[in-house]
Amino acid sequence: MSEKFNKAAETKRWIAGAIVFVILGLVGALSNSYIVSLMTIVLLFTFMGQSWNLMLGIGGQLSIGHALFVGLGAYSVGVLYLKYGISPWIGLLAGMVIAGSVGAVLAWLSFRFEVHGIYFALLTIAAAEFARIMFSGWEFVGAMQGLFFPAPTGEVDISMLRGGARFYYFVALALAAIGIAGTELISRSYLGYVWRAMRDDDEAARALGVRTFRHKILVISISAASAAAGGGILALVQGAIFPDSIMGMGISVDVLIGPVVGGLGTAFGPLVGSLAAIPLNHLMGALGDSLGIPGLNNIAYGVILISVVWFLPDGIWPAVVRGYAAIKGSLFARPLKLRKAEE
Amino acid sequence: MLSRRRAYVCRNAAGASQSPSERVSIEISIFTCFIQGSLMLSLWLNVVASGILMGLVYGLVALGLTIIFGVMRVVNFAHGEMVVFGVYIGYWSVRMWEVPIIAAAALAAAVMFVFGYFLEKLIVKRFVNSPHHYQFIVFIGLSLLFSGILLVAFGPDPRPTASQLSFRTVSIGILTLDLARLQAAGVAGLLIVMLGAYLKYSSFGRSLRAAANNRLGGLIVGLIIPRIYAITFGIGAACAGVAGALISPLFDAQPYLAMDFTLLAFVTVIVGGLGSFGGALLGGLTIGVAEAVAALMFSPSMKTALPYALLIIILIFRPRGFFGVREV
Amino acid sequence: MTTLLDVKNLTRSFGGLVAVNDVSFALAKGQITALIGPNGAGKTTCFNLVAGALKPTSGQVFFQGQSIEGAPPENVCRMGIARTFQIVRPMRDMSVLENAMVGAFSWTRNVSEARSTAYESLESVGLVGKANARTDQLTMSDRKMLEVAKALSTRPKLLLLDEVMAGLRPTEAVSVVQVLRKLAESGLTILLVEHVMRIVMEVASTVVVLHHGAKIAEGCPKDVVADPQVLESYLGAGFHA
Repeated sequence: MSEKFNKAAETKRWIAGAIVFVILGLVGALSNSYIVSLMTIVLLFTFMGQSWNLMLGIGGQLSIGHALFVGLGAYSVGVLYLKYGISPWIGLLAGMVIAGSVGAVLAWLSFRFEVHGIYFALLTIAAAEFARIMFSGWEFVGAMQGLFFPAPTGEVDISMLRGGARFYYFVALALAAIGIAGTELISRSYLGYVWRAMRDDDEAARALGVRTFRHKILVISISAASAAAGGGILALVQGAIFPDSIMGMGISVDVLIGPVVGGLGTAFGPLVGSLAAIPLNHLMGALGDSLGIPGLNNIAYGVILISVVWFLPDGIWPAVVRGYAAIKGSLFARPLKLRKAEE
Repeated sequence: MLSRRRAYVCRNAAGASQSPSERVSIEISIFTCFIQGSLMLSLWLNVVASGILMGLVYGLVALGLTIIFGVMRVVNFAHGEMVVFGVYIGYWSVRMWEVPIIAAAALAAAVMFVFGYFLEKLIVKRFVNSPHHYQFIVFIGLSLLFSGILLVAFGPDPRPTASQLSFRTVSIGILTLDLARLQAAGVAGLLIVMLGAYLKYSSFGRSLRAAANNRLGGLIVGLIIPRIYAITFGIGAACAGVAGALISPLFDAQPYLAMDFTLLAFVTVIVGGLGSFGGALLGGLTIGVAEAVAALMFSPSMKTALPYALLIIILIFRPRGFFGVREV
Repeated sequence: MTTLLDVKNLTRSFGGLVAVNDVSFALAKGQITALIGPNGAGKTTCFNLVAGALKPTSGQVFFQGQSIEGAPPENVCRMGIARTFQIVRPMRDMSVLENAMVGAFSWTRNVSEARSTAYESLESVGLVGKANARTDQLTMSDRKMLEVAKALSTRPKLLLLDEVMAGLRPTEAVSVVQVLRKLAESGLTILLVEHVMRIVMEVASTVVVLHHGAKIAEGCPKDVVADPQVLESYLGAGFHA
């Protein structure tokens, strides 16, 4: 009977997800250009946040250097398109392969000696910084001067992934939808079960026959590859690539803030978190600029991160779901819903 | 330090002040070498010596981080901001009261100890037993908060702190060293030794080490763990602050320095082994010398990348650093 | 009687301490064997050697004639040896059912197949009614049974149980005994590590007694309890019934 109940809940979730994306589609079609460009960024970070979320929230591996993968994706698209005229589609693919391999190598290096937790997290940061400095000195990829895409003509060219702001909005929307649906599908597949087991207790998972070493490498390279796809689109949206802005710590923080604020390990968390945090960051940034006080956005981000971990360690989304279930429960006197069923 | 400086100047696009000391001192040393004839040897000795001096300061920064990790098992992601607080304390006290840098360092130690103590009491202590990723996120939050505060308080532009001290040099045999750097290294070295002795021989040091070894055991034998943690965090912050004040004549005071220092401290402690006292010192010296040598041998941009390359190599061959502590 | 597991001259030392010293025994298919001994006898070390969690200093373990030397725990499990932990280790953020599903993924990638296997495992330990509960809602004895169910989902040929009955009330222990009997009847081979002798006597067909890392007795429970050496190891020298 619980089987049936789960099926129904699942269908409901998919429908709810579809409705959310239809609304987001309408937002893209009807809003003004400021909102469209802001929401493009929100959706891109939803997708990249989802990739990070897959790695920590489901796979249990903490990265604080996701900018590395984002940057590799951006540079792959940029270099192939600008130096050789190759379509960004190929660039995205190349970026995903490169980032996925780099992620796999990093993971292999680290987990080979069962180095994990803090050490792995620090390794990701070091690798990202190393890459940033290398790219800053690498003339071929523009060094500190960066790479610039030609200004968009407004004409949509799907084969070259070029178009105006609204076009990129829908690209980002599609990507976010793929990210959320993909995470949902992965977490329902055997990989989801095995990864969550490995996240909760590595040794116990191994005793149950889970080959955690290869699964860690797998989850990290999938996460890296999808972050790279997001990075490639981000580069196209921004129209320029600078090592400090695409591979810096700032990007790593932007990637993790969505899932942390929204809800780790949940499918909708990164969307909710990005929707809450990124516009606020822009608002504070704009406010700071107009008042001549830089740093307000940093303070806002800092306060958000600390207070979320302090007061809502599971994030906003699970709290919302819990609240909804409680209200519904009290209205219809349904039996207590279990935590797993929420997400 | 040249390229580090270059990196953030470019990042800022302000392009301002590229003054300082290092370049002057390297140029002076190159010049002296020509005169003395024993060209390479002297040049190398100078570079290695200045690397060691800088390494001692890095060692002090890393020591703060490693003490906090060793005792509390948390990684202070906001360490660089604490160094920069120290830089500003050094900058303002030298500018306003024209006190010697040693006095500024003492002031930084006091202020940052109190700051660290209350930061632990108010915020950090709530997360000491949280999973690693929560701790990391809280500290990333603190780091953003502090860097935001620094930006609001001082603005993004670098403040050149070049004083008389910045340009004075001392000659010892064929070595020509910056006075400021020598002073900073001397104080840092002295503090490291004092702190080491304090941890080893004082009764508080003993209980601190006991708490680091076995938290539960410490509780059982009646150690007041919350107090130890707060003091530990205070000591860690004070190390960062003093190091910041000491190098204030060498660096332009600037909020964006913080990230560089945090990362440098991370690299240093991982190279030495997270949680190890000797490791922090050895890591600091290794990084200091490696940076200086790399600046001489390769391009300046290589120099900034070198610590990370070194780190990756170390992690491949000795994943827990020279003297790593096992994770709990 | 066919031998499923053959332990040959197993030795493991930690520094100067020899925790397991030249221990040999064999497990017969479809039977329950108990490894007993007083505290510090080397039971758990011996258990971990068989489970592949520790590497022996010398000696070998053969499972169905094949050495498990150097095999990491996940491969040992995939060969058909499942284990439980003395201190229960449920996956904290997964439901009881999901916990029981994990083991099935060692032989299938089909989620619904894993789910039905998990239900079977939960059924055989009597936890099926709590399939959707959170693990922190379970009682201690339920948690112990969940450990067994998790292991059963891997479809083992040999089940290694590390002190499943420690810390249980007598009535709970009785129900565990019934579960184990049923499992053995269905053809599963079981190696129990137990401290509590009385329970072991009820279920085990063979008992291996360790003392100071060495095997001091082996045989059917009745003979073993009569062995003066065994009594001495448990109760101290000078005690003779």
